[in-house]
Amino acid sequence: MNDTSLHTRTVTVEREFAHPPEKIWRALTQPHLIEAWLMKNDFVPAPHHRFTLRGDWGSVACEVLEIEPQRSLSYTWAALGLDSVVTWTLTPTASGTHLRMDQTGFQPGQDAAYNGARYGWNKFTAALDEVLGRLDDAANP
Amino acid sequence: MTDTHDVLFRTLGDPTRRAIFESLCRDGEQTVGALTARAGISQPAVSKHLGLLKQAGLVRDRQQGRQTHYTAQLGALAPLTDWTNQMARFWESRLDDLEDLLKRMDQ
Repeated sequence: MNDTSLHTRTVTVEREFAHPPEKIWRALTQPHLIEAWLMKNDFVPAPHHRFTLRGDWGSVACEVLEIEPQRSLSYTWAALGLDSVVTWTLTPTASGTHLRMDQTGFQPGQDAAYNGARYGWNKFTAALDEVLGRLDDAANP
Repeated sequence: MTDTHDVLFRTLGDPTRRAIFESLCRDGEQTVGALTARAGISQPAVSKHLGLLKQAGLVRDRQQGRQTHYTAQLGALAPLTDWTNQMARFWESRLDDLEDLLKRMDQ
């Protein structure tokens, strides 16, 4: 468990939108619009700005890393034991915009991994965490 | 993947079933009789829960003589422990909402 690279992975989600990059950029960077599709927030499009995304299950601590208006935006994303970086990339197409989201994550240890597994739903009980905590033990007797 | 998650959540959402599964995780292979003694419910009820756990791939059974022995299958939980699956689903659903928002912004 000392080789941290084992815990680094990337999630990529891509989608074509029939909307111009300028418009998508607004949705990605204006707080009231971000709230409409992601979460409540105090986002400011400025490097090093720290902001919080708040969902009904908890909150995500973020810090803006890089901004290239209408092209790319990246911020850190820390929640439930998952430390990661979210990067949005907008590419104009003939019919609109190709939007790509990469989330590269790092988990310092197994506890974080199990907490990360809880992401997105809040009804799972502590009892199952306990079970999950034994996964490695069982896999490596 | 969605179906797999649904089945796992539904199966482990029941406290009695979860307790049976946890007991198998904690103490290893057990018979229906041993599980019933702990569960505080009837043997047919325990058997029914075990059947659902088996359907979800969470337990495996082994016949020995007249006894059926059950073991927890921890590997079945793997989809829940992989944050990349969780996040991919999360972002797909967020992008659905983004798409809706972009449409509303036209109006």
